[in-house]
Amino acid sequence: MRTCLEVREITKSFPGVLANDHVNLTVREGEIHAILGENGAGKSTLVKIIYGLYKPDSGSIRLYDQELNFASPRQAIEAGIGMVHQHFMLIPALTVAENVVLGGEPGRIHYRRKENVEIVRQLAKQYHMELDPDAKVGDLTVGLQQRVEILKVFYRKAKLLILDEPTAMLTPQEVEELILVMERLRSQGVPIVFISHKLDEVQRISDHVTVMRAGKTVNTVETKSTTPQELANLMVGREVVLHVSKLPQKLGEPVLELVDIVVSSGRNEKVKKVSFEVHRGEIFGLAGIDGNGQFELVEAITGLLPCKTGRIRLLGKDITSSSVQHRTNAGIAYIPQDRQLDGLVMDFELTENFVLRDFSKAPFARLGQMQVKPIEEYATRLSEDFDVRPRRIHALAQNLSGGNQQKVILAREVSRNPELLIAAQPTRGLDVGAIQFIHNKLLELRSDGKAILLVSLELDEILALSDRIGVFYAGRLMGIFPSGQVTREQLGLLMTGVDLGSGGRL
Amino acid sequence: MNKIMKELVTPFVAIIIAILIGACVMLLTGHNPLAAYGALFSGAFGSTVNLSNTMANAIPLILSGLGVAIAFKAGLFNIGAEGQYWIGSMAAVWIGYSVQGLPPILHISLAVLVSMLAAGLWAGIIPGLAKALVGAHEVITTMMMSYIAIFLSHYMLENGPMMQRGFVPQSPVILPSAMLGKIVDRTQLSWGLVIALVVCVIVYWLLYKTTLGYRLRAVGLNARAAKYAGINVSFNLVLALFISGMLAGLAGAVQMLGVQHRLYDSFSSGYGFTAIVVAILANNNPFGVILASIFFAALSTGGQSMQLVSGVPAHLTDVISGIIIFLIASKNVISIVQKRWRRRHTLAPVKEVQTGC
Repeated sequence: MRTCLEVREITKSFPGVLANDHVNLTVREGEIHAILGENGAGKSTLVKIIYGLYKPDSGSIRLYDQELNFASPRQAIEAGIGMVHQHFMLIPALTVAENVVLGGEPGRIHYRRKENVEIVRQLAKQYHMELDPDAKVGDLTVGLQQRVEILKVFYRKAKLLILDEPTAMLTPQEVEELILVMERLRSQGVPIVFISHKLDEVQRISDHVTVMRAGKTVNTVETKSTTPQELANLMVGREVVLHVSKLPQKLGEPVLELVDIVVSSGRNEKVKKVSFEVHRGEIFGLAGIDGNGQFELVEAITGLLPCKTGRIRLLGKDITSSSVQHRTNAGIAYIPQDRQLDGLVMDFELTENFVLRDFSKAPFARLGQMQVKPIEEYATRLSEDFDVRPRRIHALAQNLSGGNQQKVILAREVSRNPELLIAAQPTRGLDVGAIQFIHNKLLELRSDGKAILLVSLELDEILALSDRIGVFYAGRLMGIFPSGQVTREQLGLLMTGVDLGSGGRL
Repeated sequence: MNKIMKELVTPFVAIIIAILIGACVMLLTGHNPLAAYGALFSGAFGSTVNLSNTMANAIPLILSGLGVAIAFKAGLFNIGAEGQYWIGSMAAVWIGYSVQGLPPILHISLAVLVSMLAAGLWAGIIPGLAKALVGAHEVITTMMMSYIAIFLSHYMLENGPMMQRGFVPQSPVILPSAMLGKIVDRTQLSWGLVIALVVCVIVYWLLYKTTLGYRLRAVGLNARAAKYAGINVSFNLVLALFISGMLAGLAGAVQMLGVQHRLYDSFSSGYGFTAIVVAILANNNPFGVILASIFFAALSTGGQSMQLVSGVPAHLTDVISGIIIFLIASKNVISIVQKRWRRRHTLAPVKEVQTGC
């Protein structure tokens, strides 16, 4: 088998982050090569470099005999690299044929529709993909739209197909069909690189797996000769757990009770009958890979998404259909996953951001008028307590670093003296110091007898902080485990949908 | 102080460049720019009468400009201020001539309130609710409602219920008790100026000192964060359009009660459209709206005297305002491009690393 793609010693750093650290990857003709890794392991960065979206700091890439040094994706396409992004780039109002040829239409000024349809029909036949060239893309299912994307790639004469998380948006049936398509492509000798964090899929489809962790390629193994256990170990690694000193737990009454929660978002059911409780003095860690419904569950608890069925109780009171405002007042505090999109108004001053939740209440407002003095005093106090830098309460939120932005949110939510704090990815993208600070604050709240629901994609964080750990996969809880009774490897397996059988379930 | 200076740089530079380009056009067409601009300036500010007329012209611009600005602050592009102005005008004139026997203070207040309410509902009910409930874009709906308002006025005046007896398509004159007094006799400058200035202060107070303004701005800047904070986004969108319409309607009322005293049949007052330009030049700052309004009012009153004295067509002032808009818009485009560029090369990848994969 000839080597198709060879990536050597690619390094790419962004300010503060080494995204790819001497990465190596070899893809041979006619194989399906999976790149496996946790969120933030550097998979996306790697394929973006191959596709010409980023320029590497050092290292080389070869496609067959050709040294690649792309300045733009256009050159990558011309060299024969085809990529299907996780989010499709199609025009819903145009037909399949029109989408496939878009940007490289047959004919010059005069667009030859019939010829175009014929080309696409032939192409679909050649790659055994059933598609009606005259169908409108907007009318197709996501699975079929993905085929259009794949055809687009081959219309541009790709020698290598890269699929970025191809199964993320698909239903289980559509995944099966995609696997069929991929196997047919392999039998025609097309090398495929596919990125995933789902162990079972990787195990089923790929010939070789390259595991990435923290920006490095850990190992490349033959899929046949490995086990999910081994892959999970490689993927998660055995680094030292972030050390936090945790006092013994004083478990109290349940604060949050979820009963059979079902949440839909878009066309899918994202949360399917989930029940659990979070008690006073407890950090309940919700582990899981991104996109498995954990954040939809969080939005349902905070009132941003409606529950289809099920009940949410806070301190015994039903809040299933209460407004966001009502839940806030009842004692729910929330650190959203995306601080810039949901947590802050970036063009507001810190003073205004500090009172985002309580701006209409005394002492911050009287008779509908904002009270400057109390707001400024409050902002000054919170800035000091939480060490927000710079200490300028009239600075715009957008001028703060990520860590300080997060401190503003944390300060605002914690200072409201909530009963329940929901922290979604509270340390995402922060440096070690800020992470430590936020972890300590969460533990402080815990010893104050608050209930904390921690949702994180970082296993280390979950393991370090949680008293109990729930694992989310495909909208379901795979199990709830007291921390200490479950290993990192077991969690890794559960997160990818592997049932551990009887062991450990409570 | 520093902040104010910073805000003033962009509009100031845009105006200077536009004036220079205008000068080039004059040179090319064989006119003396110094003489022409001199005539424009003295035509706008040179005498008490000229100054008064400029200020009079600025009043409806200030009021409707504030309306457009407040909508902008809530993230809405109210392009239909012209139509809301007409609705306000119709309501004010109708109250002005049909309600009899009220003392001036009550009569004027009634006319103003009714016109504000009518124009506010005009903007709030259909465009506002359509935006809030089904997401219909306000640029389209306010524009369409604007046409409906203008044609409604045609209907009213051309053999319709508001037409004065006779053959001229115009309304009856409003009663003296509904007329706003003049600040300077024999000019168009009425006490409407005071109304405009007071309303400007109120709008500033509303936007920056009240919880209502906080809500509107939060919705405009980040609707998701606003929703997360428990703010009812839909309701505030409707409310923003309602207030915006009220102010445009007030502009119409003040113009009717203070200057025209009756409604003439016409296609456009022009104020509602210039108001958009005013708000953009002012960067939606209420006090900036005053300055921008005076500037555009001066261009229009001074333009006529420029044409008389130096022979440069008054339409050149339209060229100048066009260039200003172009410059400010391109400044925004440039800053967006800069942001994107910076993001791609420094910031976003960091985020990508953490969110991606």
